[in-house]
Amino acid sequence: MKALVWHGKEDIRCDSVTDPKIEEPRDAIVRVTSCAICGSDLHLFHNFIPAMLPGDIVGHEMMGEVVEVGSGVEGRLRKGERIVVPFTIICGECDQCRRGNFSVCEKTNRKKHLADKAFGHTTAGLFGYTHLTGGYPGGQAQYVRVPFADATHIKVPDGLSDEQVLFLGDILPTGWQAAVQCDIQPDDTVAVWGCGPVGQMTIRSAILLGAKQVVAIDRLPERLGMAEAAGAITINFDEESVVERLNELTGGKGPEKCIDAVGLESHVSPLQPDTVYDRAKQLLMLESDRPHVLREMIYVCRPAGVISIPGVYGGLIDKFPMGLAMNKGLTFRMGQTHVNRWTDDLLRRIEDGQIDPSFVITHTARLEDGPEMYKLFRDKQDNCVKVVLKP
Amino acid sequence: MLSISNIARSEGDPKVLRSGPSSRGGTDELARALGWFSIGLGLAELLAPRQITRALGMEGKEMLVRGYGLREIGHGILSLSPDKKAGLWSRVGGDALDLATLASAYRPDNPKRGNVGIALAAVAGITLLDLVGAQGVTSRHRRTGGDHRRYRDRSGFPQGLQRARGAARQDFRVPPDMQAAPTAAALSPSGDRAASTA
Ligand SMILES: NC(=O)c1ccc[n+]([C@@H]2O[C@H](COP(=O)([O-])OP(=O)(O)OC[C@H]3O[C@@H](n4cnc5c(N)ncnc54)[C@H](O)[C@@H]3O)[C@@H](O)[C@H]2O)c1
Ligand SMILES: [Zn+2]
Ligand SMILES: [Zn+2]
Repeated sequence: MKALVWHGKEDIRCDSVTDPKIEEPRDAIVRVTSCAICGSDLHLFHNFIPAMLPGDIVGHEMMGEVVEVGSGVEGRLRKGERIVVPFTIICGECDQCRRGNFSVCEKTNRKKHLADKAFGHTTAGLFGYTHLTGGYPGGQAQYVRVPFADATHIKVPDGLSDEQVLFLGDILPTGWQAAVQCDIQPDDTVAVWGCGPVGQMTIRSAILLGAKQVVAIDRLPERLGMAEAAGAITINFDEESVVERLNELTGGKGPEKCIDAVGLESHVSPLQPDTVYDRAKQLLMLESDRPHVLREMIYVCRPAGVISIPGVYGGLIDKFPMGLAMNKGLTFRMGQTHVNRWTDDLLRRIEDGQIDPSFVITHTARLEDGPEMYKLFRDKQDNCVKVVLKP
Repeated sequence: MLSISNIARSEGDPKVLRSGPSSRGGTDELARALGWFSIGLGLAELLAPRQITRALGMEGKEMLVRGYGLREIGHGILSLSPDKKAGLWSRVGGDALDLATLASAYRPDNPKRGNVGIALAAVAGITLLDLVGAQGVTSRHRRTGGDHRRYRDRSGFPQGLQRARGAARQDFRVPPDMQAAPTAAALSPSGDRAASTA
């Protein structure tokens, strides 16, 4: 089959690879009909996430048709059914899964020994990601093996297009959880850093959850335009001071809820000298992530507010203003998304016409064009916001 | 490399049979080659400055050569990173400095004037490559697009923005483990707190 394979920094290729096969009784094989490139894939593209190996198949946003099931799936998933695959592999029965903490499932990381060493305790297995989370082959491919498939799936009705449901596997629940964990009140200002696909979903979730005002921060006009379309007030951080503007918009008190939908690769600009410092330290391997957005959020957030972090961080950060966070009594919530915790509810909202996540797709291409689309998405060329690939 | 990394895979994991074209273009490869060249040259300047100054008749300038070595390594690291554009343009700047330094040693009284001439020619050649590389990556990774698509019509709310505002409050409860600290929520004038914890 064809698949997008990681060969090294900025080196993704569309390779011919052997077909996946059922390895465990709870496996299923899915023929992928649509998959997407995520901001998290860019962190892999730039080799900021440790423990990737040449030959790893990437991709964790995918959906398709079940073509084969193992003996242990026991009727919970059948051949021919159409599913979205959540990016977090879940067993559905461990202590964490039973609490709904699916992204930290205790059973699905097949390299648990590595994760226990690196993280202290393992988290869930993830598709197309580092070997610290199992190194499971990803879904930017014609076929993907879904381990624990009896629990790791979202069934979707035929009436909805791939484009409407694909993002149930990652960015829609990610934006939703980012907003939900802020516990938005009707008088809240919610500030969202980053208007990439995750930021866009976060903005819409915050609107649905009834924030008084949603403020969206980025520097790319097309992404700010898309944020405005959903009713957000926008700040272009290349043109104005984020802190000043946020204070203006909140009577000098700062936003109650701050959401980081940027992650470890905050834009580097001399206008924000700390980002230049971070970039230099990162190049010298003295720090792995660039935490500019975290610093800004902690500084501007209203005391006793909430900091929500869907943006991915990979390792160690420097100059983290813990003293501010502590004295202001901020609450931090973060994590890889507990996808299946939200998907029944979100699927219903899509069916009811409350939200249609396909608005975010700006580019559709063949799997063979994947390597070129990684570059296009990374370089923000042709006003790209989200790429969907058709294997 | 691929066969070594396959040790980390399970038996059933797909293995690469044939590789397709890379997301790296020709100019990206040139940038990498120049990056590694920088690191090699930088290490030589850092570790063996005496041999270099002797060959160029620049005895006494060892510290300068060491400093240039550090600078070279800097260009190299940057050229090998996703910020290769900055890396290659920094190399072009470095080339100018190298050329100026060598020119100052291209004096009639320098017994190694011949070597300096060769070095000048070599650096001039590399400068040309650096310029080609820097311009290449700049245009390959330039943001294109323009003003025509701003997506101001893409709300994502099929029933319109007005109906979307707060729509999920009707039927969604924030789970207890994700509710805000009482300090932020207790005095919410909406009185909503009681409802969401009920
Ligand atoms: N928690 C999860 O489960 C989960 C799931 C999916 C994605 N993610 C993460 O979410 C993050 C965003 O993903 P994406 O797909 O939207 O990526 P993206 O790269 O398309 O978007 C990031 C956006 O942030 C903007 N940005 C950069 N620096 C900024 C700054 N200082 N202030 C404001 N905006 C800034 C960029 O211009 C860009 O538009 C990534 O870190 C990704 O790994 C997390
Ligand atoms: Zn993702
Ligand atoms: Zn589990």
